[in-house]
Amino acid sequence: MPYALCFLLFMIGLYCVVVKKNMVKIVIGILVMEYAVNLFLIMLGYRMGGVAPIVGQSELDPSTGGLLSSFLNASVDPLPQALVLTSIVISLGSLALMISVCVRVYGKYGTFDITEIRRLKG
Amino acid sequence: MSIPLPLFVAIPLAAAFLLPMFGKKGKSAATVLANMVTLSLLVLAIVTIRQYGAYEVGKWSIPLGIILVRDGLSSLLLLAIGVVSSAAMLFSTRYMEQYTAKAKYLSLFLLMVAGMNGVVLSGDIFNLYVFLEIASIASYALVGFGCEHEELEASFKYMVLGSIASTFILFGIALVYGNTGALNMAYISKAIQDSGVNAGLAFALALFVTGFGLKAALVPFHAWLPDAHPSAPAPISAMLSGILIKTLGVYALARMVFNVFGVSVEIGWLLMVLGLSSMVVGAFLALGQWDFKRLLAYSSISQIGYVILGIGLGATLISQQASLAWASLAILGGLFHLVNHAVYKSLLFLTSGSVEMSTGTRQLREMGGLAERMPITRTTCAVASASIAGVPPFSGFWSKLILVVAAVQARLFWVAAIIVFVSLCTLIMYLKIHRYVFLGEVPRSLEHIKENKGSMLVAMVFLACLCVLMGLLVLVPGLRENVLDPAVQVLTDGVKYSADVMGMTIGT
Repeated sequence: MPYALCFLLFMIGLYCVVVKKNMVKIVIGILVMEYAVNLFLIMLGYRMGGVAPIVGQSELDPSTGGLLSSFLNASVDPLPQALVLTSIVISLGSLALMISVCVRVYGKYGTFDITEIRRLKG
Repeated sequence: MSIPLPLFVAIPLAAAFLLPMFGKKGKSAATVLANMVTLSLLVLAIVTIRQYGAYEVGKWSIPLGIILVRDGLSSLLLLAIGVVSSAAMLFSTRYMEQYTAKAKYLSLFLLMVAGMNGVVLSGDIFNLYVFLEIASIASYALVGFGCEHEELEASFKYMVLGSIASTFILFGIALVYGNTGALNMAYISKAIQDSGVNAGLAFALALFVTGFGLKAALVPFHAWLPDAHPSAPAPISAMLSGILIKTLGVYALARMVFNVFGVSVEIGWLLMVLGLSSMVVGAFLALGQWDFKRLLAYSSISQIGYVILGIGLGATLISQQASLAWASLAILGGLFHLVNHAVYKSLLFLTSGSVEMSTGTRQLREMGGLAERMPITRTTCAVASASIAGVPPFSGFWSKLILVVAAVQARLFWVAAIIVFVSLCTLIMYLKIHRYVFLGEVPRSLEHIKENKGSMLVAMVFLACLCVLMGLLVLVPGLRENVLDPAVQVLTDGVKYSADVMGMTIGT
């Protein structure tokens, strides 16, 4: 169910990019898509009532020296969180570039409406 | 002598951050440094052409850490990136004098090179995405570099479609991670072989085909390319058309389909249909263009179709258990066409830049009779046109011949007929360029123009020589065994890739 909602959010973003005519709204649509993917990544590693994946003395099994199976079953997957951090930084970079291009386009054309910004044809 | 793989990414990345510090006064020093970087990357790629291996970043062993893998296919792409980027950088030395902020341009250029080298070397699917974004974001900025009306509009369009493609790819990566629990391509491939392709993985593959197809500008996804490529400065057009769409699109797609997911008849046919539609639609749209660079951009779509067709034909033949020799011939044709197209399309964009710099226009109807005034530009353009149209003995002829032979051997005669037909259309569109740009009457406004000098000519002549000599890559067995055959081998081996990579990391 949460995955379906995540996909719905992704589709809302895509719809926004395809339908909206205002450049800034298109940028917002792209951001919504990126957030949906980030959310999806986070949920892949999420566990209801999970514990932080940090191994201390109390997580080790005294008899075998390995990890306790209760810890392995409860700890969340830390890797998607690292991926999401990277992906947030990347989307920040592309957001900055997109917004600056929007500002420059507004300076040249005096409008954000993409139906009026049509010098390129063919 | 063993050269660590991260150097291919680290050298351009470090230089990219150094260059903006030179400022206005150190402009010539910055140019020299940037040229040295691209040339040294080319030399490194040639010297270490057979030096395959894996490198564990930060000494984290797989599957925990990120690895860089160099095999035959990576080597081929590194070589192509080296050739095109050195020629384009040499051309920029003079051409970019008309723009301000040259140091920033050089810095973005090198970031793009670093990103592309990273994409072809990465053995980790998320790391591939990161490098892909580095190259893409640098290219968005470079398309809008002129900051005029058209450039900004094209840059925005490219950015929107490129960001959608990147989001699709990231979504696909998340799905793959959720289904296989690995990010290392070798481990993913092993997990997929063990478990088979389930619905989630099939959806991920569809997302990859869409995402990388958008980056490669295959026909249903091609809308951004004819705007973005002509709007960029000429050397950047050469980089984008010549190598960027191939690295981010074709290479990444081929790697995913062949080495990670494994080929099937359906995906082979899907690639063939995408390739054929790109070839035909791109060629027809190109014929109607009157803008020099726009025509070249549409022709790029058509030529990318050949590459995808060759790879798709190979995938179909492999998964039908047909003769492996003909499958590898089809893939050889595709990959050889990829390298050829990198050389002659970047040369064509450079000649268009040379013409634009002298005449100040890109409209074919406003030009004419430049043959006597710009003899070297004319000659190099003629060589590249003959090559792209498939006139023997230039390089394009050999790759198209291989594709036709492979299609006939696969009993797909109509595919062979389409290849020949599109080749004819290509010939017509380049005859059109010659008729309107280099032959005929000189318009009064263009009577005083002169040939460009210096580094621009050197870059064009260098690529023109390659166009003539590239045929040797298939004809001389020694060269073929070192350059093309290993790359074909990587793709025909398919999912054996995972075992190869794991073997490499144990070896190091």
